[in-house]
Amino acid sequence: MEKITVVLAGQPNVGKSSLINAISDAKLKVGNFAGVTVDKMELDITYCDEQTCTDYMIHVVDLPGTYSLVDYTQEERVTKDALLEGDYDLIVNVVDSTHLQRNLLLTTELLELGKKMVVVLNMIDEAQNEGIEIDEKQLSIILGVPCVKTSASQKIGIKELEESIVKVAHQQETPSKVIYSDFIEEEIDRIEFFFQMRKYKTSLSYRELAIKLLQEDTQTYKKIHDEPIWIELQHIVREALEHLYLHTGTQDIKDIFADEYFAFAKGAKMEVMSRKSMRAKNFTQKIDNLLINKYLGIPIFFIFMWVLFQLTFEIGAIPMDLIDASFSWLGDKAKVVLGNGWLGSLVADGMIAGVGSVMMFLPNIMILFFGIALLETTGYMSRVSFMLDGFFHRFGLHGKSFIPLVTGFGCSVPAYMAARTLKNEKDRLLTLFIIGFMSCGARLPIYVLFIGAFFGDQNAGNWLFLIYMIGAILGLISAKILHLYVFKGEDEPFVMEMPKYRLPSLALIWHTVYGQSKSYMKKAGTFILAASMMVWFASNYPKNQEIQKSYEQKIEQLQTQEEKTKLANEMQSQLLKESYLGKVGEASAWFFAPLGFDWKMSIALETGLAAKEVVVSTLGVLYSLGGETDEQSASLRSQLKEHIPLPSAIAFIVFVMIYLPCFAASMVFAREAGGWKYLLYLFVFTTTTAWILSFLAYNVSKIILGV
Amino acid sequence: MLLSQLHKGDEAVIVRINADSTLRNRLSSFGVVRGERLKVKGCSLAKKTMEIEIEHTLLALREMEASKIEVSQVGEVS
Repeated sequence: MEKITVVLAGQPNVGKSSLINAISDAKLKVGNFAGVTVDKMELDITYCDEQTCTDYMIHVVDLPGTYSLVDYTQEERVTKDALLEGDYDLIVNVVDSTHLQRNLLLTTELLELGKKMVVVLNMIDEAQNEGIEIDEKQLSIILGVPCVKTSASQKIGIKELEESIVKVAHQQETPSKVIYSDFIEEEIDRIEFFFQMRKYKTSLSYRELAIKLLQEDTQTYKKIHDEPIWIELQHIVREALEHLYLHTGTQDIKDIFADEYFAFAKGAKMEVMSRKSMRAKNFTQKIDNLLINKYLGIPIFFIFMWVLFQLTFEIGAIPMDLIDASFSWLGDKAKVVLGNGWLGSLVADGMIAGVGSVMMFLPNIMILFFGIALLETTGYMSRVSFMLDGFFHRFGLHGKSFIPLVTGFGCSVPAYMAARTLKNEKDRLLTLFIIGFMSCGARLPIYVLFIGAFFGDQNAGNWLFLIYMIGAILGLISAKILHLYVFKGEDEPFVMEMPKYRLPSLALIWHTVYGQSKSYMKKAGTFILAASMMVWFASNYPKNQEIQKSYEQKIEQLQTQEEKTKLANEMQSQLLKESYLGKVGEASAWFFAPLGFDWKMSIALETGLAAKEVVVSTLGVLYSLGGETDEQSASLRSQLKEHIPLPSAIAFIVFVMIYLPCFAASMVFAREAGGWKYLLYLFVFTTTTAWILSFLAYNVSKIILGV
Repeated sequence: MLLSQLHKGDEAVIVRINADSTLRNRLSSFGVVRGERLKVKGCSLAKKTMEIEIEHTLLALREMEASKIEVSQVGEVS
């Protein structure tokens, strides 16, 4: 089977990922703002040419969107390097049909690379709705490469695109068809003529060589500099450049060519595009009038967020009891089947209790991700960036930091990666450092559990909203402090596109929610399961026979059931204290004691370094062991309420809000920040902040509550 | 006159861009170049950021960047 390697290049938000999803079954994440694809994505699709009956393997490399080939942000650099140095057969340039001129600017730069290329006029259905007509045949002639109209969402033109890819892959490379203004063309002709006279031997065409010389391409100069022809060529090129300077009134050759590209793109657009009505634009305009209104915009945004957190709690609570009940039923059954020995305890108290306590929060996670996906795909995120930039800027952040920060409410891993859209190194590091303050989805179960246990269900949504807001505010304050003392330096300019509002398809949103839920459940089934078993083991062994014996004797002598239960509980906690886990907890007790945490809470926090979900499952295992004889209070909630004083619970929430994100996120952080030392800084920074604030929260609430 | 001095609803033609080459490149990749016509669509609180429309593209700019763009005003919506 013949293999064709294709790189997908285009400006941000033109639907490259959607297009791949349309041609294959791959499920890439799709959003409606710049920077969804931050790293190269690769996949294979097979295509059968029905006429010749040959099968092809098309290897697609999806590159991050880039507005131009000037390396401005890190993702643009990824794209540029891949285009210049990558080994591929052809470029598929995806173009947003509704923003033809701006997109053709990149097309022009791509043409200059002299590679084989297919131009995809994507979102053609949307363009038609807006009354935009594009003559793709004429555009093909102007650009010298085939142009295909497609719509990823309607699956239009996918087959034609595959055909063109195969066709172009077998063609000769075509020289760039970009035509410059007369005064530049004149100079190109002059240099070309000189090469012809000398019958100069080169792998490039004379025209290409001439253009590269005029563009002051370092590589070309290096090569030609060592050849005898240089002596004469030098004068000709210098003269040509002087003519260009004279003509344009600037000495910056990059500027001169940038203007040329722009003129070419605009010219091409004028020739092939006509616009009849402005319907869709008015739609965006009308919504924007309200959503980014000077005064109403920000309150509306907060209302949206508040509603989201309300829904997360209120709707999420409905199936929660059911899940909880079914897992405790399963646990009871397991004990009946397996007996009360170590195996029964491992399955019921370790595996089922641990996994069950995490699975309970699946509905909450799904609603939260649904909300975030909705905000992402409609294009609202960019509006919020716009509104908040002024405010963010005061804290040393960039309006664009908003996108990674909000992503951080879902999961820190993609959030760290989304920070790549920030060009300035300082801005990026600063954003990376405070992403952790945006409580991720995995911390949600802890909050839900503690709020439910200590504040009741009545105002749970409000409490949840408050926790997230406090986290965000703490993040901003930290940003300010870090900006003032650590990450000093110049600010990045703020120039950002505001995409049109799009109604996302339900399938698209479902796919995001489904993907996230699946990975959450996968984690529960593997990682959490293993961690629960380990916690169970560490909390059961070594078994102290003496304690057990002496208590059992005492229990037998007692008469009433009540006294028996009380003593049995006492025995359990005595045993726990003697276990491995109890030892670890005791060893670190000095650190957590001033915050009012008992050793069980300390252990939960320590295991939580692996993943935040483990905090809940650890508590589940530890407390289900401690109270298994008391059937009246089976649920973890009431166990917590019984054993933990309110100030400690508040301090615990504060600590969870701030301390280091999970293991996976920490790894990504180290990679994105550019070194392990940054992870160390982050660890010290978050742990110190968490400790100090928890300490304050504990003591202040103790005073207020009068405990 | 500078872009940052315009108000919501104002229309103008870009006369000159006084920025370093990185910012100028970025602006030109969005179509913000000399001779193009733009319209101010809105400003955020305290005019920290402004939204402009150019060639059917909506762009958000900070006041700092807007003050580097010289324009001449051509229309106004009262």
